[in-house]
Amino acid sequence: MGKIRVNDKFEVDWKPGMTIRDIIKALNFTFPMLVVTVNGKVIPKDEWDTYQVGENDNVRILHMIAGG
Amino acid sequence: MSVIPTEVMKKAHRKLAEYHYELRPVERGYANRTLYINLSDLTIKEKPVTEEMKRTFTGGRGFALWLLWNAVKDDTRWNDPENELIIANGPLCGILSYPGTGKSTVVTISPLTNLVIDSNVGGMVGPYLKGAGFDALEIQGKADRDVIIVIDGDTGTITIEEAPLEEPYSHLMARELTEMYAKNEADMRNVAVVAAGIGAEHSRYGILNFSWYDLRRKEVRYKQAARGGTGTVFRDKRLKGIVVRKSGWSAKSNNAAKPELIRKASQRITREIAELDDKQNQMRRVGTPYLVGIMNDYDLLPVHNYQYGSHPEAHKISKEVWKALFTQGVPDGCHYGCALACSHAVDHFHLRTGPFKGQAVLVDGPEYENAAGLGANLGIFDPIAILELNFYCDTYGVDTISFGVSMAFAMECYQRGILNRERTGGLDLTWGNAEAVLEVLHQLARGEGFGRIVGQGVRWMKQFFAETYAADPQLLNDIGMEVKGLEFSFYVTKESLAQQGGYAIANKGPQHDEAWLIFMDMVNNQIPTFEDKAEALHYFPMWRTWFSLHGLCKLPWNDIEPADNALQPEPHKVPEHVENYCWLYEGMTGIPVTGDDLILQSEKVYNFQRVFNIRRGSGRRANDYPPYRAMGPVTVEEYESRRKRYDKQLKEEIGVDPAGLSTEEKMRILREHRMKRYEQLLDAVYERRGWTKDGIPTLETLKRLGIDYPDVVRVVQQALGEEGKN
Repeated sequence: MGKIRVNDKFEVDWKPGMTIRDIIKALNFTFPMLVVTVNGKVIPKDEWDTYQVGENDNVRILHMIAGG
Repeated sequence: MSVIPTEVMKKAHRKLAEYHYELRPVERGYANRTLYINLSDLTIKEKPVTEEMKRTFTGGRGFALWLLWNAVKDDTRWNDPENELIIANGPLCGILSYPGTGKSTVVTISPLTNLVIDSNVGGMVGPYLKGAGFDALEIQGKADRDVIIVIDGDTGTITIEEAPLEEPYSHLMARELTEMYAKNEADMRNVAVVAAGIGAEHSRYGILNFSWYDLRRKEVRYKQAARGGTGTVFRDKRLKGIVVRKSGWSAKSNNAAKPELIRKASQRITREIAELDDKQNQMRRVGTPYLVGIMNDYDLLPVHNYQYGSHPEAHKISKEVWKALFTQGVPDGCHYGCALACSHAVDHFHLRTGPFKGQAVLVDGPEYENAAGLGANLGIFDPIAILELNFYCDTYGVDTISFGVSMAFAMECYQRGILNRERTGGLDLTWGNAEAVLEVLHQLARGEGFGRIVGQGVRWMKQFFAETYAADPQLLNDIGMEVKGLEFSFYVTKESLAQQGGYAIANKGPQHDEAWLIFMDMVNNQIPTFEDKAEALHYFPMWRTWFSLHGLCKLPWNDIEPADNALQPEPHKVPEHVENYCWLYEGMTGIPVTGDDLILQSEKVYNFQRVFNIRRGSGRRANDYPPYRAMGPVTVEEYESRRKRYDKQLKEEIGVDPAGLSTEEKMRILREHRMKRYEQLLDAVYERRGWTKDGIPTLETLKRLGIDYPDVVRVVQQALGEEGKN
């Protein structure tokens, strides 16, 4: 099974048809303010359930968290 | 309610000194003078604010540091009469139409660290002090009896009054003094009070409570200047309270140079909050406790003295619980007009313990720090217990963070057999025993029993337990969560090298108001190299320092974000809000600035504070290390709780195959690797900041920043000379 690397740090098992939502769930990224890019392109939130990620795609999921 | 009527308390006041001064309007955010009071000889006088002070130190924390630098000797201790307690506002304080513009900064020599502490606080004291005519209040000396200071900005009168009968509990004293110095109910909003409490007399981490009058609730409420023992210094000077009154303070009172710019910024952010807060962090409904669940999900919530980062019961103290407990639908700003309004409260809370058992009170909070520190980190997941601890810490005048960490340290020592019931006076300090924690807090307030020991803080307890109970000093140093003597705030930093540096290098000690980089570093992986981390550890501490120069709260900067922020270059800086602050500054002073100019303002003060630390015998590389609990697993249980992660790191980062190695051996290798990386981080950060390898600002840096005053240069030259010998 292939792997997807997220933020150049986390690895998620990839399978065909995998969506952004699947990746977010696999990593347990529960923070509500996320920004997702795939190969440098921003993917709007309303597409996360349908946008399918390829095995070698460069995925970044940024948490716009303030904190502290 | 007080047993003694307010009018009886007031009759018992005896005026010891009185001073009359000319009322003058604020000009472009500055009152242009500071107030000096000496409690030993009852001197009251005004000092001018010079253009040089504004150019170099800007205001707020900057002014306070400069005043303190000139007031003390190299070896002045926190409880010497010449130590000063300074309250400063800042040129943007009191704008009110922009959220988070009511802050003050309190500066003094800390009983915990023996260094300078700066502690920021909300409420209306800051704006009213400026309206009364002063950019800072400087208090030196010690009174020979309990006194209050009254600053009447309507009549131009300052008095020092003997105040024998006011109760040593902040929730009572703040109310008493507000009623006493207000003409009537409607006038209560024009009075703001600084109060400490009985716990500040018996611990090293006493706080100051700064009040404002909640118009809707008709209650006096307060926020805290909490870190570093400001309240302990206050009570050591035999100050009971400070009253500041000013009628008619409004958004126009600062007499801004270009008010239209301030309006522009205010309208933009107010609209943003109205449209987006509910979809983002819900600051107006929940406030900072929204973070509890998030920290737990990402393994960052301190549990059991920072041993772990999550707990299955964390949901019991998460966002939805607090939202349900907080009274909703009331404007909860800690200054009048704050649109972010995140200072929530629980009304009619019935206390189960302590001197006010059975009474219904208002509990201000909890903020995230209290939920984490009086809750998860102690193994307590009962919101009612957290509220009771929150209330009593506040009214006793005790820092919830330092108390929480000190308590967690004691509880882990109990877990590991260093303490037992005999040594705790019969208290069972098992994780989660809220009743025992409450009893320790009540003892601390009374200055009795084991509570008295916990009230000395982690650094003191480490030495005491090593000497008295022959505890292993190495273990105590590893698990005692303090740097420079100040206890950590509540984030697990084991997997974030940048945040370890953010905490340990901080001038005051490990308070996250200098930098909060955990997600950028650990989750987003946006600062992967040492140079990236060093750049972040330059920009963000400088940016966050800026708020304290001006009387601002940091929360409106990034606890709300524009809808398109993620698409901007450098979204973590929230560039549109940086622009807002540039507009505010130019709008107030008339001086156009860029974001880089604001950073330069901070660099001057930040480096000056670093030199102040050096002057006090700290402020060097040796003082910038966190305990290992903040860097990695101290115990086998900690390693095993994250074994998969750590074994992977051993393999991928260090090139060591964990198979066949004992946990202890793996821990040793990991520790060595992490310590080495931390040293590399320090090297990178110091270089970026213009410091030597020992963490001393170079003479070139002092000159570049315009802080090369003769006695500043003297301190640095001496330190550089010593560095050469090492």
